[in-house]
Amino acid sequence: MSTTTLIRGARPLGGAPTDLLLRDGAIAAVGQGLSAEEGADVVDAAGLVALPGLVDLHTHLREPGREDAETVESGTRAAALGGYTSVFAMANTFPVADTAGVVEQVQRLGEAAGHVDVRPVGAVTVGLRGEQLAELGAMADSAARVRVFSDDGHCVSDAVLMRRALEYVKAFDGVIAQHAQEPRLTEGAQMNEGTVSAVLGLRGWPSVAEEAVIARDVLLADHVGSRLHVCHLSTAGSVEIVRWAKARGVRVTAEVTPHHLLLTDELVRGYDPVYKVNPPLRTQADVEAVREGLADGTIDVVATDHAPHPLEAKDCEWAAAAMGMTGLETALSVVQHAMVDTGLLDWAQVADRMSAAPARIGRLDGHGRPLEAGSPANLVLLDPAARWEVDPAAMATAGRNSPFRGMQLPGRVVATYLRGRATVAGSRLTGSAGA
Amino acid sequence: MRHLLSAADLDAAAAVRVLDVAEEMAATQRREIKKLPTLRGRTVVNLFFEDSTRTRTSFEAAAKRLSADVINFSAKGSSVSKGESLKDTALTLEAMGADAVVVRHGASGAPHRLAHAGWTRGAVVNAGDGTHEHPTQALLDAYTMRKHLRGGTGDLAGVRVVVVGDVLHSRVARSNVLLLHTLGAHVTLVAPPTLLPVGVQAWPCAVSHHLDAALADVAPDAVMMLRVQAERMDAAQGGFFPSAREYSRRYGLGRERLAALGERTIVMHPGPMNRGLEISADAADSARSTIVEQVGNGVAVRMAVLYLLLAGELPGGHA
Repeated sequence: MSTTTLIRGARPLGGAPTDLLLRDGAIAAVGQGLSAEEGADVVDAAGLVALPGLVDLHTHLREPGREDAETVESGTRAAALGGYTSVFAMANTFPVADTAGVVEQVQRLGEAAGHVDVRPVGAVTVGLRGEQLAELGAMADSAARVRVFSDDGHCVSDAVLMRRALEYVKAFDGVIAQHAQEPRLTEGAQMNEGTVSAVLGLRGWPSVAEEAVIARDVLLADHVGSRLHVCHLSTAGSVEIVRWAKARGVRVTAEVTPHHLLLTDELVRGYDPVYKVNPPLRTQADVEAVREGLADGTIDVVATDHAPHPLEAKDCEWAAAAMGMTGLETALSVVQHAMVDTGLLDWAQVADRMSAAPARIGRLDGHGRPLEAGSPANLVLLDPAARWEVDPAAMATAGRNSPFRGMQLPGRVVATYLRGRATVAGSRLTGSAGA
Repeated sequence: MRHLLSAADLDAAAAVRVLDVAEEMAATQRREIKKLPTLRGRTVVNLFFEDSTRTRTSFEAAAKRLSADVINFSAKGSSVSKGESLKDTALTLEAMGADAVVVRHGASGAPHRLAHAGWTRGAVVNAGDGTHEHPTQALLDAYTMRKHLRGGTGDLAGVRVVVVGDVLHSRVARSNVLLLHTLGAHVTLVAPPTLLPVGVQAWPCAVSHHLDAALADVAPDAVMMLRVQAERMDAAQGGFFPSAREYSRRYGLGRERLAALGERTIVMHPGPMNRGLEISADAADSARSTIVEQVGNGVAVRMAVLYLLLAGELPGGHA
């Protein structure tokens, strides 16, 4: 297999067409009229936008323990097809990724699959129970070199524990990614609390339960001078709080999911659990606020919160259903639809929100770098003019719980390169594993 | 209209049609031979995931008096994998050839899933789902009001109704607000702010926190007291009010409030009552109480619903 690829006529960050020469895992040259040696792969990329390979700061790969929902293999195939070259795998596995052993196992599974770089997230507390700090230092020092810690799925609600976690990870430049959800305010919560929940008789998940925790945490982060990352921010009030904190100089970053950029709680009216997610789908005003926050940089990152579930977890009544949505294979299209085609972001900003910023927050080397000579050849080619209908059955993820099913979305990932090797070509997995 | 899932499924014409047919059904129930041959050979399944002897027997009587075959399926939900059991139970009933499924379930929206997830082809009647709706209760309440206040014909235009109590957790309140609005009545909800859902402002009704003021201002034709579970004052249950005594004083229908009601005002309660909490024995047993009558009217209304759904003659609506 050739180690040299010449991409002709791609538009880096949506700019003027140019050629990119990938050699030995790096970008060797960028410019007009490049040529490659005999035997190099030559790819006609006319009309395609080139972006640095996407980085997902929030993915649930489910392995170990919930292989009925997803495996590292199936989840990272989905990631590559979605244009990702690296994903951060959340810690709520069975066993929980709260020891060096588990994070190293996840890391090895990712390497064996070979579709993207898998970066394990370590749990903040033992067993995600919110009682005692997990061995954060051991995970940081392990072969997995963990820098992002999260109890995602659960909030580190104890203020003292959260303070200690924020302080402790400073020793190795870690970051606490908080799932902001005040537990008492959300006991048994089923959907966004508002006019729709009032009609449907489903217990409400009020915005304030997210905002109150974010407000507390930015003040804590300020007090101890630590890095805080806010997972899946979903409300207009949360955007305001993060905007205020950033203006004050607090070291806070935030992410929003594709589904919170596009969907609202009106979809719950049919009680179809495919729309059940945590935090819940909010209102149109919230959608507009998170879009604005992403556009002005208040929100740093789009992260999928890709959460595959087996069929039976959604094929039931609303209250019994699991929370979560798949997202890896639709994220870029949803962002194009919600942010680019609406004029809120250009492609350079998409590259920042979906690649450079998450790589920076996660302290991930080799990803999210500019498309220039010397950078690792991690990139994605997408056809922004393509349109496609979302069909969960045709996806690589084992989860069929896509809330975008049946929607016509713009933008199709044509090719993904991980250190110069095509993991996806012609919009299909190349099937070549392990570099 | 194939299903009755929400009171909002009924437009004014459809709602009046149900009430009119219920009048006809009630008339047949005064005959010596109560049984009608209308649904002979059809199968009605009562699928009850929650205990409710009152509602189940009412539906059972309704179906039997229409000569339908009735299967009572008591599937009181175990705490685990309720979802699987809902789907699998539905598939089982489908295999038995259920023409109508009357479902009571603790989860809001379960009847919606039953009707629309492709698990059964039968007509689905919501007999109470979680804290969502209980449309046949609203129909029998409307029937009762129409009987007393409008001579048993037409709609409820201009009728003033005060609904008091735990609106937040009440499927009866949701269905009543929707149906009474459709029929032209004016509804005022009275509850402590903790027992009203966020978003109630968008409902087609007025809202008050003061029972005495509401009764004086509205001069209602009907006062409907909702059941309040005393445990709701516990912190673990949400701590919605300080004590049963305080609730009773502020929102209960006791002797004094009863005496202050207008001469023709009727007192309603969907049952089961907590005597001494939301309603005193004086009020429950007074001459203006329609509480026992409501139960009887339930059979006629449910006969009408089953007949219209299975005969395919229920106009209007969206389900």
